[in-house]
Amino acid sequence: MGRIVTIALGAFKESVRERVLYNLIVFAFLMIGAAILLGSISVGVEQIILVNLGLGAISVFGLLIAIFIGIGLVSKEIERRTIYNILSKPVTRAEFILGKYAGLLLTLFVNTAIMTAGFYVALAIQEKGLALHDFSLLIAVYFILLQLAMVVGVAIFFSCISTSILSAVFTFCLFVIGNFSGDIRWFGQESGSPALEKMTAVLYYLLPNFGDFNVIDQVAHGVRIPGLLITANTCYALLYIAVLLSGAVLIFEEREFR
Amino acid sequence: MLSISRGASGEIFAENRERPSEVQTTAMPAIEIKGLTKDYRVGFWKTRIKRALNSLNLQVESGEVFGLLGPNGAGKTTTLKILFRLVFPTSGTARILGKELNDPTLHQRVGYLPEHPYFYDHLSPEELLYYTGRLFGLGKDDLRRRVDQLLERVGLTESRHVALWRFSKGMVQRAGIAQALINDPEVVFLDEPMSGLDPLGRREVRDLVLQLREEKKTVFFSTHILSDAETLCDRVAILNRGQLQGCGELRQILSLGASTTELILETPPSGILEELRPLVVSMVRTGDRVRLQIREEENIEKVLAVALRAKAKVISMNPVKMSLEDYFLSQVSSAEEKQAATAGAQGG
Repeated sequence: MGRIVTIALGAFKESVRERVLYNLIVFAFLMIGAAILLGSISVGVEQIILVNLGLGAISVFGLLIAIFIGIGLVSKEIERRTIYNILSKPVTRAEFILGKYAGLLLTLFVNTAIMTAGFYVALAIQEKGLALHDFSLLIAVYFILLQLAMVVGVAIFFSCISTSILSAVFTFCLFVIGNFSGDIRWFGQESGSPALEKMTAVLYYLLPNFGDFNVIDQVAHGVRIPGLLITANTCYALLYIAVLLSGAVLIFEEREFR
Repeated sequence: MLSISRGASGEIFAENRERPSEVQTTAMPAIEIKGLTKDYRVGFWKTRIKRALNSLNLQVESGEVFGLLGPNGAGKTTTLKILFRLVFPTSGTARILGKELNDPTLHQRVGYLPEHPYFYDHLSPEELLYYTGRLFGLGKDDLRRRVDQLLERVGLTESRHVALWRFSKGMVQRAGIAQALINDPEVVFLDEPMSGLDPLGRREVRDLVLQLREEKKTVFFSTHILSDAETLCDRVAILNRGQLQGCGELRQILSLGASTTELILETPPSGILEELRPLVVSMVRTGDRVRLQIREEENIEKVLAVALRAKAKVISMNPVKMSLEDYFLSQVSSAEEKQAATAGAQGG
């Protein structure tokens, strides 16, 4: 456990020292600033626009960080040969993968926390104070974090079998497809072909279902998020991440570093 | 007692059964490699097989400084990568300190400096050592003491807070050696530790290896810089194209090869040079002087007789001891010739 923590803290430190990370945070704050501006010129729907743009920015920038750093977790270590040094120490390959994963998760958590704090500052400025119901927006932030945790899992999985660039492409494609996996299943059901229906059903269960994690619209309009969805999404994300990391570890165990 | 033997493929093995006093002989060798073979699949479709290591057998005793020599692509790094499970052998086994390579406790007792080491360059050497020490589970106080000691030892105390990306190659190498020693290992593996270093850097690394020898550590290092091996090693093994060409104590390996005698003549009459040619190994003309290398003892008298009869001026006559470089080149070239002959026979 100590080694996983050491590797995780090392990965976190590395992310923090990457200058691009700061750029992304600056961009996120600019977006929030723009949200305030847009809100002030949209009479009557200021809060809806601010919530949509603010949470959208947190999600997009989190995604960029997850993909940008996630793909480098393993493949860059191999390309830069830093992995030789780590694996020659008393570190198992599983500990390496889990440590790297935990490190990036910590980075994303800290970034999301900073961006969320910025978002609430913007909200407080616009509303001249915060109401209790504003904190229900945190459910959307929690779902974004779960989504990002899954994206990092996907990125690390591809990172174990491919190069940095290909991992980025695969992860981004899977993220886009994952947002439409419900539509893929619906298409199969509507097609009337049993074969296509079965195929799309398999795809639906195989691909990550990111669609259910997007509740920004609902929270912006004050719709209550049911507790069942929170539990279901949490269990689904944990299970999917466990499968992805197990796959990544299995592949990585067999990998040779020439 | 010196024992000289020849391996199945003609390689020379020179072993002193009575180990030198400075080498601690224990029942268990520090490193034991048996029949290690590694094939890589190459080509676009990975259908061709390239043998990087061919049935390597080696035994390194505890407390030895052992050099694995060979030209680029000989299989030195592959051997080290197998020992650290960065690649997996096609066949054969290896043990370090009596433990199987997949034994999780093994890495606690060994240190490794990879070839052209790459570390997280956003870290300073101090941070690198703390990071590495934590991977070994070292306690806070123990780690602090060890980090201070090692930074001092490799001469990086002044630059302990400078990020590694600002370092020269030699300084990175020194940081690399420090991290390889953080756990006070019993066996230290150094892959090309002098590669790319300037003479000063090489000297520093050499001194570090000598210090390790004084501390009775086993040091296994690969190099293609023969003068370093000659200075440091108790024993060496020579690899070429994945094949072990020779292994043994340096002093004995060098005494195995016949030494030559160098005779320098000044302005010899041109007629005698043709007469001398069959009696010498090499003949090099530099200005007025001709340098002759003579191997067989009986030829020395014949050459001298011819030279004196022709009234050539003898400038000097000196015995020349075989260097590791000579031995290395003779082993590598004889292996190449053997391979060419085999290929020719198969082709014919």
